[in-house]
Amino acid sequence: MTKLVGIDDVRARTFAFPARHFISVSDLNRLQVHDLLALSETFVALNRQQAKKLDLLKGLTLMNLFFENSTRTQSSFELAGKRLGADVVNMNPRASSMAKGETLIDTAVTLNAMHPDLLVVRHASSGAAALLAQKVSGSVVNAGDGQHEHPTQALLDALAIKQAFGRVEGLTVAICGDVAHSRVARSNVIMLSMLGANVRLVGPPTLIPGSAHRWGVEVYHDMRRGIAGADVVMMLRLQLERMQGALVPSSREYFRFYGLDREKLAAAAPHVRVMHPGPMNRGVEIDSDVADDLNVSLIQNQVEMGVAVRMAVLATLAARLEGAN
Amino acid sequence: MPGSGKNAQPIAFINARLIDPETRYDGPGSLVVQGGVIADVVKKPSLGKLSDDIRVVDCNGAMLAPGLVDIRVKTGEPGAEQKETLKSACRAAAAGGVTSIVIQPDTDPAVDDPATVDFILRRARDIELVHVYCAGAATQKLGGERMAEIGLMLEAGARYITDVDKPIVDSKVFSRVLSYAKGFGALVAHRPADPWLSAGAVATAGEFASRMGLPSAPIVAERIMLERDLALAEITGARLLVDQITCADALESLERGRKKGVDVSASASINHLSFNELDIGDYRTFCRLDPPLRSEDDRQALIDALSSGLVQVVTSAHAPAPAEDKRLPFDEAAPGAVGLETLLAGLLSLHHEGRVALADLIRAATYAPAQLLGLPGGRVAPGAPADLVLCDIGAPFVLDADTLISKSKNSPFDGRRLQGVVLMTLAGGRIVYKAAE
Repeated sequence: MTKLVGIDDVRARTFAFPARHFISVSDLNRLQVHDLLALSETFVALNRQQAKKLDLLKGLTLMNLFFENSTRTQSSFELAGKRLGADVVNMNPRASSMAKGETLIDTAVTLNAMHPDLLVVRHASSGAAALLAQKVSGSVVNAGDGQHEHPTQALLDALAIKQAFGRVEGLTVAICGDVAHSRVARSNVIMLSMLGANVRLVGPPTLIPGSAHRWGVEVYHDMRRGIAGADVVMMLRLQLERMQGALVPSSREYFRFYGLDREKLAAAAPHVRVMHPGPMNRGVEIDSDVADDLNVSLIQNQVEMGVAVRMAVLATLAARLEGAN
Repeated sequence: MPGSGKNAQPIAFINARLIDPETRYDGPGSLVVQGGVIADVVKKPSLGKLSDDIRVVDCNGAMLAPGLVDIRVKTGEPGAEQKETLKSACRAAAAGGVTSIVIQPDTDPAVDDPATVDFILRRARDIELVHVYCAGAATQKLGGERMAEIGLMLEAGARYITDVDKPIVDSKVFSRVLSYAKGFGALVAHRPADPWLSAGAVATAGEFASRMGLPSAPIVAERIMLERDLALAEITGARLLVDQITCADALESLERGRKKGVDVSASASINHLSFNELDIGDYRTFCRLDPPLRSEDDRQALIDALSSGLVQVVTSAHAPAPAEDKRLPFDEAAPGAVGLETLLAGLLSLHHEGRVALADLIRAATYAPAQLLGLPGGRVAPGAPADLVLCDIGAPFVLDADTLISKSKNSPFDGRRLQGVVLMTLAGGRIVYKAAE
């Protein structure tokens, strides 16, 4: 594999990335995803070295704008930016003028005046990243918008699967839990289907959108049947407030029927791998016994892949930016 | 369950008027009970030569039918044992020819978690009379707000999900209950009553209630809620049981929903099939029911719906209320009536009046509810549990409520002339009731 020294090496290795922003998996095509995954893999190797620093993004400013709490995604983007040589600024809108009533667009205009080249956004409203993208001159990366999408998560999940199985195509992936409120699920359904996986959604009917059977997936309400023979079981986080009788009667009932434990996992393929986007509710959607079993769990790999994938996304967007290096 | 019928002496019933509700057969028949199950059935008066160790019961033309399956029975256990215990309810059921009962979850505490389901079923197991099942609450404490542990209760043995008399007002909550229960293939029963229109009502709005000065609700209160329930059942694809449908207006909605393909069935109580609002007469609190008694036109429409199959299930709506809860001004009296011991006689009245075929009546209280809930009873076929009732359907009597076995005596049939005396009841092959000679 050729060494990446400058941003031109990134340009040479990939097809020209047509979009200025990275908002939704549905904006991508299969070729672009393969490019991004291949590029990510070089960064995985880089990240495992002692000297991790490149200067592909030298001179560029990366702004993290997280309207919702996040530890792993924000630090993952921060590390990705820093390892590629960008100047990284973490904005905390909750403690700033946004909290004083400023609208999202006003904030965007204000920040735009500081000329960030890359703006990473997480927001509780679906469509917020797309709205911001219309108002700024840099590139916007969606780090999660409401219940819509979380495209870098889907990319890192695809990479973790690819690293574990050597491929994504032809695998059966069961996405289990609160699909209705999950942007991770939406992005993954598109991403994994695009890459040729058979995607299943598993959960109680109150947590699966009524029209999900039209997403090109199979829907199951019985977990054992839903994960039967699956190569990958991807658990989703269930917000505790949804488990006190609103959508699910109680956390113990949820664990009984939809929590991933050894007994249910036995229905999956013998080589099954388990994923979770984090943070986990142990004993609710996943048993610690499963989550901590390194022969089964890909959860730590997912975090590792996260940094590499975000480096690839940032580098690809930067390669497109006029006048970068 | 009703235990040791397995080792009992085989019994042959000959010369019976056999009702097979599954095939709607009504004609001569004989059968053999052995090892707790029906070993053999023939649609002839005799079985031919029988071996000597078989006890023979000559039915003399009395009706032999599957024991009744009553899916709406309240007791006071736990929480109000002075009204009725599981044991007294089982004894009343056996005397009434009812061999399977489904206990309602509106006890104190409510049956809204698996431990309480387990409690009811364990208590019932020790009684060894009739088969006892129970239903689980749809919402926690029947509060209509938070879903109860539906999955765990079903796993513990709950047969269906219901908040009994309390309508789930919040449409979002009810929609989620339907949707969630559907994931388990469970039946959800819902009592259609608009809570605002029916608040405080003890009678049906109309001439009678206005003359009597009773707080009343219009019958559309039922239709309004039923229309909502049908719409939600339609979008969620869930199985809905309309609990206690009472009026012509609502039956029209039900028929439309059924035609649209909604997975809906309906039950009627024997009370609404037997009485109208005029039976309240001089403020008889035994006729204070919930839903209130309707007009005669509504009663006739309900009987027609039973006959046509639009309403599939009849229940006793057994709701014991002791004297201290009934001996009160009409609007302060507790609603409800006991019914386990009069369900069969009430059904037979509809037969004697020539309104509904006998096999259809029996079907609505045996095979139909058993099929709806997946219970083993309600059939006369080789291998089916030997749950049977032998009844002299022509024998007349005047009901004296004080002679009821139920701990509470609040029967609207009190003083009524009825026909149909239960001679013998078998549950699981065991004789659990036998009339005095």
